[in-house]
Amino acid sequence: MSIDKQDVQKIAHLARLALTEADADQYQHSLSSVLSLVEQMQSVDTDGVEPLSNPLEMTQRLREDIVTEENRRDAFLANAPQTEAGLFLVPKVID
Amino acid sequence: MFEQSISTLAQKLRNKDISSVELTRLFLARIAKLDPQLNSYITVSEQRALEQAATADALIQNGKGTSLTGIPIAHKDLFCTEGTLTTCGSKMLNNFIPPYESTVTSRIQQAGAVMLGKTNMDEFAMGSSNENSFYGAVKNPWNLDMVPGGSSGGSAAAIAAGLAVAATGTDTGGSIRQPASFCGITGLKPTYGRVSRFGMIAYASSLDQGGPMAKSAEDCAHLMQAMAGFDEKDSTSADTPSEDYLANLNAPLTGLKIGLPKEYFGEGLDSQVADIIMAAVKEFEKLGATVKEISLPNLQLSIPSYYVIAPSEASSNLSRFDGVRFGHRCDDPKDLLDMYMRSRAEGFGTEVQKRIMVGTYALSEGYYDAYYLKAQKIRRLIKEDFVKALDEVDVIMGPVAPTTAFGLGSKTSDPVAMYLEDIYTLSVNLAGIPAMSVPAGFANGMPVGLQVMGNYFAEAKLLNVAHQYQQNTDWHLQTPTMAKGA
Repeated sequence: MSIDKQDVQKIAHLARLALTEADADQYQHSLSSVLSLVEQMQSVDTDGVEPLSNPLEMTQRLREDIVTEENRRDAFLANAPQTEAGLFLVPKVID
Repeated sequence: MFEQSISTLAQKLRNKDISSVELTRLFLARIAKLDPQLNSYITVSEQRALEQAATADALIQNGKGTSLTGIPIAHKDLFCTEGTLTTCGSKMLNNFIPPYESTVTSRIQQAGAVMLGKTNMDEFAMGSSNENSFYGAVKNPWNLDMVPGGSSGGSAAAIAAGLAVAATGTDTGGSIRQPASFCGITGLKPTYGRVSRFGMIAYASSLDQGGPMAKSAEDCAHLMQAMAGFDEKDSTSADTPSEDYLANLNAPLTGLKIGLPKEYFGEGLDSQVADIIMAAVKEFEKLGATVKEISLPNLQLSIPSYYVIAPSEASSNLSRFDGVRFGHRCDDPKDLLDMYMRSRAEGFGTEVQKRIMVGTYALSEGYYDAYYLKAQKIRRLIKEDFVKALDEVDVIMGPVAPTTAFGLGSKTSDPVAMYLEDIYTLSVNLAGIPAMSVPAGFANGMPVGLQVMGNYFAEAKLLNVAHQYQQNTDWHLQTPTMAKGA
């Protein structure tokens, strides 16, 4: 299984990763290697096998719908690259 | 002093032979002197350590505390520690000061242990050599040209070199067991859900599990006493009572049924490693165990299954690093998309980007059934192999890794060479069972770990098995030459 450079750029865009041309060349090679490695799954007969997503097959535990967290706005804003007036600041989204 | 067990140190602290502040200073001095050779710590939290040590001394003075009170340990830099830098080995988090404490580090802190610092690791726990850290590779204390294993390589190297009494690690595909094997220490990956994931920076949520790393099984049991147990803050925490991990360490092994999976002894296994594992199995026979050959027929498929599931979950988990709320942000973004794309490309290293893209591809429209769903079906086949085998035997034994520690830089050019090294560890995470690495000998001067795998929630049994072996062998008591230089 190999993928071309255009595929790599498409995947990188979906993953929100900016790749240079040189990066794309490198990842084309490494992603193709990984996809070839996982290709051997396709020869296994898994008809009738249920997918396993949680090793203990637990179901989602529910909790009461009540507020349990205290307001720690300043503590959480302290790690943000840019804030203003108690808000996270991002580049302009709407003109 | 640095080679003593937790039990011995706890006794010395109680007897006032030494104070926790003195013990902590001793370890801080060792780190200052020896760690420049190893790079096992990303952050040394000297002030926090000395404050905690003083608190521990006061508790001990009043006859309070646990066996961990005043014992200097380290945490993998993946556990959030409130007020102390937590990088996950990444440039992305090189300025991240968590506003909260992980459940694991919180419980260990409540037990009175002293945190010396945060240990180096492969970025976001993705790697088997510790060469993927933004903060530089870690060296193996047994030979500075060799890798310590990964991803918990900093924790393993620090313990082996006597730069911490014990440490925490995490294991998604072998990241506790393989570095424990390469560095000659003892490590336990508990059953999935046994130890809380709250405050652990996520890699692959259905596989990640924190656990103890230490010189001996008994020391691991002391850590498990504090770490294990239900946590309502972790939505996949196992709601079953945790055991007393110390109570049955001395139970005799008479009648223990050991299974040896033939797939663990096939092509690719270094012959010296194989000899050491078989010698360890003989030792168990002397202790009254019986041995039978078993089969885990889908072992080979653990590599493709893992390398689809783990990257898929990683691509989802790591989408939170967007340059908005925490972590690296690029300079002068021209718009929101540019900010996401450049912040992530600059903040993540090559291996992390590779796995994010593999996962993104596997989850993308048109490929989901062929990759992610298929991998989950194979995951069930792998689990069923273990369930069937563990119906017949009490524990399964084999090597942790096909070889001893490999050379720095020797497996970095081929993108999948390192993945194949994980063949004996991945299936345990896919099945969710517990497993240990126990020092069992040396090949060419490098340590070899015996892997002991058990049934769901059989951590106490595994610790008992490992402890009995360690009562009759001294592989876990060996110290690398470089550690004796201080």
